[in-house]
Amino acid sequence: MASTEVRDGVTKAGPSPAGPDDLAGLEAGLDALDAVEVRRTPLREILVKKVVPPVVAIALVLVVWQVLVSARVTTEDKLPAPSAVWTGLSDMWLQGTLLDVIWTSVSRGLFGFLMALAIGTPLGLLVARVRFVRAAIGPILSGLQSLPSVAWVPPAVIWLGLNDSMMYAVILLGAVPSIANGLVAGVDQVPPLFLRAGRTLGATGLKGTWHIVMPAALPGYLAGLKQGWAFSWRSLMAAEIIASSPDLGLGLGQLLENGRNNIDMPGVFLAIILILIVGIAVDLLVFSPLERWVLRSRGLLVKS
Amino acid sequence: MATTLAKAAEDTTAVSHAARIEHVSKSFTGPAGSQLVLDDISLDVARGEFVTILGASGCGKSTLLNLVAGLDRPSAGSIGTPGGRPALMFQEHALFPWLTAGKNIELALRLRGVPKAERRTEAERLLELVRLGGAHRKRVHELSGGMRQRVALARALAQDSDLLLMDEPFAALDAITRDVLHGELTRIWHETNVSVLFVTHNVREAVRLAQRVVLLSSRPGRVAREWTVDIPQPRRIEDAAVAELSVEITEQLRGEIRRHGQH
Repeated sequence: MASTEVRDGVTKAGPSPAGPDDLAGLEAGLDALDAVEVRRTPLREILVKKVVPPVVAIALVLVVWQVLVSARVTTEDKLPAPSAVWTGLSDMWLQGTLLDVIWTSVSRGLFGFLMALAIGTPLGLLVARVRFVRAAIGPILSGLQSLPSVAWVPPAVIWLGLNDSMMYAVILLGAVPSIANGLVAGVDQVPPLFLRAGRTLGATGLKGTWHIVMPAALPGYLAGLKQGWAFSWRSLMAAEIIASSPDLGLGLGQLLENGRNNIDMPGVFLAIILILIVGIAVDLLVFSPLERWVLRSRGLLVKS
Repeated sequence: MATTLAKAAEDTTAVSHAARIEHVSKSFTGPAGSQLVLDDISLDVARGEFVTILGASGCGKSTLLNLVAGLDRPSAGSIGTPGGRPALMFQEHALFPWLTAGKNIELALRLRGVPKAERRTEAERLLELVRLGGAHRKRVHELSGGMRQRVALARALAQDSDLLLMDEPFAALDAITRDVLHGELTRIWHETNVSVLFVTHNVREAVRLAQRVVLLSSRPGRVAREWTVDIPQPRRIEDAAVAELSVEITEQLRGEIRRHGQH
């Protein structure tokens, strides 16, 4: 600064301090000073902070499990050894049935979830945006969430018989309320300022819904989808366990039920673990990255 | 830009004002019954004019802007904006965080009906206008407060409206940044020939920017007095002439406020 003053004093030329060029320079300086640094976490840090802890936890569970078995806390037919479950897994793998069983359930679950998405999204929008609809079915929709989806299995079997459509009906009844309620919560949390800004830009009616309301409600909507998937998967497993029939392909629920019928405890354990793994994997591979991406792009993901 | 200027020149022959507020009153029904917020306000904003509305809290300045913006209806009187829907800028930037800076502007262009092929270049031009060329791909949270308000200004200008309404747009900024943005707004107002109706409670800001300052009284809001500011631009907020007029207006404003403490 000092040198500039001297030069101005000597030459009396150049832009005046209040001139437009000076304003641009001042602004560039302010922008540089205020710029927010966005840092990406290095891979090593992700490994240490995110991968190691759950691996340690799983190892600990396995150790405790093995210790309980070795100490003979109970009989083998009630608590099988981890190795017996592992043998069951590798047997299924060698027979080539493992992936088939998983895929039967996962494909049902995903297809059912997609249908729930297609129904739950417009339903949620209607409830959120139309006052009469909200007053009419809003409370029922949130009440339905607390109804365990197993309750739908008996009527679904009577209405539709022992087939795939009955499974989808149970999934829909479990997942649609979650997805719709998630969207309603998301829309309710949209800051009124965005709606006003959208209206002054000319985004009203359907345009407003598409350009402003839906993207603004996305975080809540995603939370609803995540819960909707969990409900889809749970409902499906309930349906598969209760309604087993040779006509239906062998899914994870039936695998569990077969294990019970054959008093094959390693088989039961294996089925439970596989159901758990699929549930976690879908969340980890689909919903968590989606959620993180949305939050990060909006600057809502606070790094510790 | 040439088309905008040509259009403005062509329209001038038809109407001379960008906004005409005639005998506008507004009351809200609250728990304590009906409350009159604005009482018989009449005000014209000429084409290309810069008017600031000044008042203490409770004078209904923001309500008035909402009425002009068409976000709310007056209880009585009429408001005409011959140039169509005015653009509105808020105290909060109100940029959409799910879009980049550039895409925020492109959305405004899209809603105005600008064809897809032209949106990108037009958004770049508007960003250049607020001296943020190269910020097209920046996320809102990566920008500083001052940069956000400049993007918000660019987005408002993208509406290509004759009238720009500004609701205390710089109130939340630090003094240095606000100073710089005053300069930028004056420059952009000159370059674009847009009419501005600017609401503030900051007397010096009002005098620094405007050609005309309108003082509203509080509860209910009425036009208390008007001043024409003929200090040549570019002004600075420290200018003696700005300070002198500010003192006069502040006295009047304080008088308006004191009246409320007397009963």
